Amino acid sequence: MAEIAPVPEKAPVIEDVRLKAPEVSLERAAKLGGVAGIVAVFVSANGMVQAFAERDIISGVLSMGYTLLFLVPLIMAYLAAREPPVLEGFEAPEKGPRNVLAGLIVGALTGLIMAIFVLVASAVDMRRVFINISPQLLELLTFGQGMGGLVFLVGGCLLTGAVGGLMQLAEGRWRRALWGALAWTLLIGLLEVIVAQLFRGLGLGFLSPLFYAGTGGLTPLGTAVVFVLAFLYYWSVVPKVDMWQRRYAHMPAERQRSVRLSLTVAAVLLVAILPQVLGPFVSEVLDLVGIFLLMGLGLNIVVGFAGLLDLGYVAFFAVGAYTTAILTSPASPRWSPEMSFWAALPFVILAAALAGIIVGTPVLRMRGDYLAIVTLGFGEIARLLLLSDWLRPVFGGAQGILKIPTLSIGPIVFRTPVDMFYPIVGFCLVAAYISWKLKNSRIGRAWMAMREDEQVAEAMGVDIVEIKLKAFIVGAVIASFGGALFATKIGSVFPHSFSLLVSITVLVLIIVGGLGNIPGVVVGTLALVGLPELLREFQEYRLLAYGVLLILMMLYRPEGLLPSKQWVRELHEEELMQDAWLKMEEDRRRAQAQAAQGDLPARPEEA
Amino acid sequence: MSGNNHHPVLQLKNINTHYGPIHILRNINIEIYPGEIVCLLGGNASGKTTTLRTILGMVRPSAGEIYLDGERVDGLPTTEIVKRGISMVPENRRLFKRMTVLENLEMGAFLRHDQDGIREDLERIFELFPRVKERLHQKAGTLSGGEQQMVAIGRALMSRPKVLLMDEPSMGLAPVLVEQTFEIIQQINQHGTTIFVVEQNANMALSIAHRGYVLQTGRIVLADTAQNLLHNEMMRQAYLGEM
Repeated sequence: MAEIAPVPEKAPVIEDVRLKAPEVSLERAAKLGGVAGIVAVFVSANGMVQAFAERDIISGVLSMGYTLLFLVPLIMAYLAAREPPVLEGFEAPEKGPRNVLAGLIVGALTGLIMAIFVLVASAVDMRRVFINISPQLLELLTFGQGMGGLVFLVGGCLLTGAVGGLMQLAEGRWRRALWGALAWTLLIGLLEVIVAQLFRGLGLGFLSPLFYAGTGGLTPLGTAVVFVLAFLYYWSVVPKVDMWQRRYAHMPAERQRSVRLSLTVAAVLLVAILPQVLGPFVSEVLDLVGIFLLMGLGLNIVVGFAGLLDLGYVAFFAVGAYTTAILTSPASPRWSPEMSFWAALPFVILAAALAGIIVGTPVLRMRGDYLAIVTLGFGEIARLLLLSDWLRPVFGGAQGILKIPTLSIGPIVFRTPVDMFYPIVGFCLVAAYISWKLKNSRIGRAWMAMREDEQVAEAMGVDIVEIKLKAFIVGAVIASFGGALFATKIGSVFPHSFSLLVSITVLVLIIVGGLGNIPGVVVGTLALVGLPELLREFQEYRLLAYGVLLILMMLYRPEGLLPSKQWVRELHEEELMQDAWLKMEEDRRRAQAQAAQGDLPARPEEA
Repeated sequence: MSGNNHHPVLQLKNINTHYGPIHILRNINIEIYPGEIVCLLGGNASGKTTTLRTILGMVRPSAGEIYLDGERVDGLPTTEIVKRGISMVPENRRLFKRMTVLENLEMGAFLRHDQDGIREDLERIFELFPRVKERLHQKAGTLSGGEQQMVAIGRALMSRPKVLLMDEPSMGLAPVLVEQTFEIIQQINQHGTTIFVVEQNANMALSIAHRGYVLQTGRIVLADTAQNLLHNEMMRQAYLGEM
């Protein structure tokens, strides 16, 4: 074996190799400013600003509409004022007025573009095409002050731009605490329903009027309290998490187990009292989150583990729901065996497995885009069949199937959304356990290998047909659990509940959560299904938000919101390789310089 | 070492393979005897890779028979053929890049269930490639080309094959590494594995092989010992770059 010359432990020191990393680019700031301006115009023109203006975050002071509008220059300025990443071996430039200037540029450009937009929109009537560019919107954008209000608009953009730039000057801990406090204030302001209910549930109902104005939004006092509390949390608690984790890692196995046990008990208790405290409305939302989570876990097996992009996942959800409906409801049009939910469950599983095979078999030889398109078709076929006149005698057509009995175990009946929460969590746990078990099994390995390289996996003796079908079947069965729970929870099933949108939502939430990653799917579901349910204004813009989110995720966080460490490593490897390359180049230069002086032979190059 | 006296471990008899209407392999006859290194030479699109895919059952031959240890294996699913003792080092190595080196090696033993034997074979591979052991928990995609080659070979050996198929082991490697790879092939062969290697780099392949076949547009046009092939006039002109 040809030995490659070892890399010297420490390269000989030569002065003047410390390179300065580039400063914040003002040109880039100008570009981002333009982008910010366009985004601000976009959210105004598509009606978001106006729709969100109805809801106050800080009562009488700040509406969600303005928040959305001014978050654009704030975030863009923050990004523009950030230095380009400093590679190893380079010296970071000092922070200073240049950062703030970059922020100001963003603010100024956003303000300018917005002002032009307002002027043009008030001069030319564009409402035939852009129905949302209404006089009310213009009034909103000029703060009800006529054209003089443009000063406030531009001023607001400049101010938020400058704040964004200033945030970059803050030291890391401050910065994190400020952003954290800002985010939590907005969130608590928006989630009045939950928080007020939480106070009531905990017997602290008297706190509500202190925090919330009653007409929507936080009181000034409430704002201050939330901001300070969140700030303190990020300032003093968050930095310690790392330390706790390290301490946990150093504990003896026995202590680790007891810590884990007490955390589990706490989590179980929390889950147990959560719906009781949150009341029926929020529980309803939580139930929905749970059902989507269940499907997310299932699709994660198909897409995340096995790498099969299935866009027709809703079909299996529908199979679960309709099988349950037919077997349990007395109103089922053709057969009505009126089984109990639990007696029907084995048949649901069977039906789902069969559906998995039916969808899986024809697509066995397909990959990637083709697979996605064909499965997309299957999803639509399922909905159309349920809707069809032909099968109306079985599925009830557009009228669906009604009178599905509520779920019960012996004498316990799960009648309300609060009750339903528990079986849903139960099924989620089962699905999570199945996922986790499969991931570390022989078949999990085979799935991963197939995801990486189908042909080679086959050459290793993996039976591609078998494991593809198994992935489809497991995914289908988990989705059918979701469908069964959905049917018994709502009490009726209609074809329109099983639209393409469901497939897309589930896919988006596992991508946002991080493919192949179970806790990520939980967070993704809470954010993407829970939030829009609570904030009705979001509903209309839900798909827009999903699209934007997907693009941003692909560009900046392909590993998902809560990535598993392994993925991050892979995805950011390129950057590391670049660092390594730079270092190698430098080493070589040094070696060459030395060789030129004649005291060291140049290192042979490795191809 | 060319054991002409006993039965071939792998035999292709009048193999014809089609991709749809396109006739790729025409009446291919190849015999590989235990302990040999046999190479299959040929230019681009001569049908080299198809030959390997046919042996592994990833493509079905339209006519002809394949025997492994005297038993007919054509028409069997790939899983079964791998189980019976053929494995492959694919072209360009094609590791499972986002799996660790260890996981890659374990995938090679996917059809085996004898945990002790697997552990033993792992040790054997570490002995052969000490570098692989250092990188065991690293993602395969982060290895250098030479290291990836070692893992790919190790992965194929993990199934304890009777015949190891290698598809263009020299492809995409620096000259130093090509030489190193062929040394490794020879070493593995000396440990008792029969090797069937497909190559464009005729010089290199013939320098280690016992016998060779030359494939041209789907037909075997030459079959001889490596020595004779190296000195064959037509070979020298067509493949060895001598005018």
